[in-house]
Amino acid sequence: MGIYEISLATLVGINIILALGLNMISGFCGQISLGHAAFYGIGAYTAAFMAKAGAPFPAAVLAGMVLAGLVGLAVGLTSLRVRHDFLAITTMGVGFLFLGVVRQQEILGGELGVSGIPSPGLEKTGYMVLVLILAAFFTAFSLWIKRSWMGFAFEAVADDEDTARVLTVDVAACKLTAFAMGTAMAGVAGGLYASFARFIMPDDFGFITSITVLSMVAVGGIGSVFGVIISTVILTLMPEFFRFISDYKLLLYGALLFGVMRFAPEGLAGFTRAVRKAGIRSAGKKEAAG
Amino acid sequence: MKPLLEVKNVTVRFGGVLALDDVSLEVRPGEFLSMIGPNGAGKTTLMRVVTGTVKPVSARIRLDGRDITMLPTHQRARLGLALTHQIVRPFRSMTLLDNVTLAAGHHRIGRVIRALTAVDRSAEREQARKYLELVGIAEAAEKSVLGRPLGVVKRLEVARALALEPKVLLLDEPLAGLNTAEAARLADTVAEINRGGLTVVMIEHNLGEVLRVSRRLAVLDNGRKIADGDPGAVMRDPAVRAAYLGKEYQDAAA
Repeated sequence: MGIYEISLATLVGINIILALGLNMISGFCGQISLGHAAFYGIGAYTAAFMAKAGAPFPAAVLAGMVLAGLVGLAVGLTSLRVRHDFLAITTMGVGFLFLGVVRQQEILGGELGVSGIPSPGLEKTGYMVLVLILAAFFTAFSLWIKRSWMGFAFEAVADDEDTARVLTVDVAACKLTAFAMGTAMAGVAGGLYASFARFIMPDDFGFITSITVLSMVAVGGIGSVFGVIISTVILTLMPEFFRFISDYKLLLYGALLFGVMRFAPEGLAGFTRAVRKAGIRSAGKKEAAG
Repeated sequence: MKPLLEVKNVTVRFGGVLALDDVSLEVRPGEFLSMIGPNGAGKTTLMRVVTGTVKPVSARIRLDGRDITMLPTHQRARLGLALTHQIVRPFRSMTLLDNVTLAAGHHRIGRVIRALTAVDRSAEREQARKYLELVGIAEAAEKSVLGRPLGVVKRLEVARALALEPKVLLLDEPLAGLNTAEAARLADTVAEINRGGLTVVMIEHNLGEVLRVSRRLAVLDNGRKIADGDPGAVMRDPAVRAAYLGKEYQDAAA
């Protein structure tokens, strides 16, 4: 494995954690967020400054996770007041607010970002393994949540929150839990990214990043853990392997997002399910014919 | 006997419209109370005040001696209020069985940490299947809610409400949209559940079934309660005839 492949694999791992975090909020609990990159950024900036101040790498990432989760909890409070498209606009605002604050504060590095972030103390290969192990851990965590009673309640909230209430579901607690867990995961991804890139800029955590993550979740099939992982791998690698795509990245993600929402709202997961169903149906027909 | 559900002095205003005007109602343990009245009389609004989805101008609601007036909907549900909607509201992304399983797991989703750490659903699924059997739709258990006929979804709502193991079952027009045979069957099921000891309050327009199964009748008209008591006596009340069956009916009878 060359150095280039190693850094790609690391990036894929980070993006998986990031996308699974948004999947927790939008996929499992049905709360749309267009500001996920802000929490990614909070994690990255927190970890970067902690590391520069001399904190050991795990502590830096942990601090990023906690701070992102706490801010996520606060943003989650707005989801108790506004729903659907209004929540999309509010979370988008949070994303821009983060950028605005980071850009204007000299102490946070301003437009120039933060450079000279200390190395995590691992070789590139070792770091990749660590990131992939964490990605596997958060995959298992997501699958666990989906199977848990909390995940069941999330499903109910995503489907119809008024009915969920009548069935004893504490809708507020569900949404806040989803926001806190999802944004904390974005914080972990951010912390890992800061130590990986060792140089971060405000634009790394801009609206385009939020839309990119949303495409990963939507293309994968909102709520499906494996669908999201597959689409994250594809959408992370595609612009790298086909350089010309990189120039039209935004156009591609926009088109994908539109296409999926318009023609296949269940994404890859829904598509494979439909294919499987069609397969069973045609097999049944053949049997009937035979 | 002490009332199980005590609804006192409910007044609700929607903008300039007085939807409910100082309505009070008491339901005793084990009763089967039906509420009738013309469209717009305020029946559904009264139910919604009880479950906490409509904010009243004034009201005092007690369930089993406990004041629940200030509690949010999900906490009232946990204390034992179950409601079925007039316009069906199943979880459309789930199977019939999952719809009921979630309700059967009401004790599991109360605390965040416990809900995050527990994954086993087998006991609740077992229970859910029993409730689906009770209302007679167990054969469709694994099917998606989408595409099920209204008769099945209506019964699903009842099964889901029962799975909450409530103290009071509130039914908002459970028979509306069903054909005669289906309506009679569901009314029988509800009556049977009531005989088993569960207190039932039912809003229903199907007078035939109401008079057949319920043991007490309350009439709302224009936001006021105009009668309450033995079904036969209530139906003979001239005020009820005028309000519910129309002036013409009364004139024809006279």
